[in-house]
Amino acid sequence: MSVQTRSTQDPLWARLLLTGVTLTFLGLFLFVPLASVFVEAFRKGLAVYAAAITEENARSAIVLTLTLAAICVPLNAVFGVTAAWCIAKFSFKGKSLLLALIDLPFAVSPVVSGLVYVLMFGANGLFGAWLRQHHIQIIFAVPGMALATIFVTFPFVARELIPLMQAQGNDQEYAALSLGATGWQTFLRVTLPNIKWALFYGIILCNARAMGEFGAVSVVSGHIRGETNTLPLHVEVLYNEYNSAAAFACASILSLLGLLTLATKTFIEWRAGLRRRNS
Amino acid sequence: MQTKRPRSILPGFGLSLGFTLTYLGLIVLFPLLLVFIKASGLGWSGIVHAISTDRVLAACRLTFGLSALACVLNCGFGLIIAWVLVRYNFPGRGFLDASVDLPFAMPTAVAGIALTGIYAPNGWIGSWLAPYGIKVAFAPTGILIALVFTGLPFVVRTLQPVLEDFEIAQEEAAASLGATRGQTFRRVVFPQLAPALVTGTTLAFARAVGEYGSVVFIAGNMPGKTEIVPLLIITKLEQFDYQGATALAALMLLISFALLLLINFLQRKILVRNVL
Repeated sequence: MSVQTRSTQDPLWARLLLTGVTLTFLGLFLFVPLASVFVEAFRKGLAVYAAAITEENARSAIVLTLTLAAICVPLNAVFGVTAAWCIAKFSFKGKSLLLALIDLPFAVSPVVSGLVYVLMFGANGLFGAWLRQHHIQIIFAVPGMALATIFVTFPFVARELIPLMQAQGNDQEYAALSLGATGWQTFLRVTLPNIKWALFYGIILCNARAMGEFGAVSVVSGHIRGETNTLPLHVEVLYNEYNSAAAFACASILSLLGLLTLATKTFIEWRAGLRRRNS
Repeated sequence: MQTKRPRSILPGFGLSLGFTLTYLGLIVLFPLLLVFIKASGLGWSGIVHAISTDRVLAACRLTFGLSALACVLNCGFGLIIAWVLVRYNFPGRGFLDASVDLPFAMPTAVAGIALTGIYAPNGWIGSWLAPYGIKVAFAPTGILIALVFTGLPFVVRTLQPVLEDFEIAQEEAAASLGATRGQTFRRVVFPQLAPALVTGTTLAFARAVGEYGSVVFIAGNMPGKTEIVPLLIITKLEQFDYQGATALAALMLLISFALLLLINFLQRKILVRNVL
């Protein structure tokens, strides 16, 4: 920024105008909605707020949301590391196709992501009759919601790790192997420490989406109160019942999660010099 | 490259590739393929019949029209915001920069009820607009606002790295040759930003057409008027119209794939990866 000379600096009026537009736009679209969540949540006082987030259905929604994240995040983290290992460390045919396929879930509408599992495991689905015979419930139950969440958070870890591991190359791993380390030792002692920040970054993003997902989970959940409502779905139910204070109270927990994610993400970017995801 | 073994002494190729392909196949590829298999079971006439109803066509017009409009707005404002965040120095810039990711980090349902609360006729902004007869929430304008909200970071985050790497020397050269600041921007800077701008806007569009959570609260969801395609898919599912839902889902998937191909092509052109 300091290298800018007079000739490459925008005139003062342009700087003021553009900065003003930026502040207004971000204020209107980001900060006002965020602030409104907390104002509405506390509008009826602290007691109503506390009651709304400790009420039984809210508690079970929080537990379910945490459960889903606990199932999905580790699975996608393991997948992300494995996929990054084979894509970044080896050369093989069809690699760019594989990369594109891993990104696929980001391009799919959350509603369609949920629908695909209804077509597979729903009552009229491909495996519907077989599941009914064996009394296995997937749709409108935790397994279906976990699958839908895994689908929408699928690429997060992999796409953080792949560019980083490609940039790091294989030299350190070769050195470790030539000094007699086994494959696992090489991975645990050489590769893993090198990618730990990017891995953490991917996990944070994956977790935020897993806990906040609405559309995909909504399709497969069945909205059974106290059973298959995650926190975002619980917010919807309360909001549609015109219980606005409780809806915003639960939404404020999710907002805090979002803010915490942003703060952690910014910290990692600063700490690891991971300048966004393009470094 | 020989047939199977890649030339590397690192272990674990077979295991990692095998696991990757199995997991990808089971979780993503097979379920998506099933949509097309089920849709093709309807036959060509069945698909056309399911898609060409007035209600579906109205939802498509609304979804794609508003998504395009939201992208145009994001394109303009995203360019200004990226420019200000990269080029200008002012207190709180780092904070603003980090907050651009807020739409990524906030759960869509939260954004949905927050925007609805603000723009409802009794909300903070809605109550200002109501006396002038401007209706935002429960009208197409509300959907537009939700789509602008979700799309903004895509444009800003795609432009920022390109702007950061931009050689100031080029602008100095233009200025020293007598170009005004405006001319320099139009003729030197903008052409080099354009590919990233198109990529970011396409990413935002791809997200907007499938967006559900942040839109469904503010939309009003009147069939034929404020009903978006993702909601219509859910409605059809709830009415046990699996064929209609599948046909619509297949259509949306085809559009997603086409957009993904376009984005991949654009990204290879400008070598910007991973902004999603």
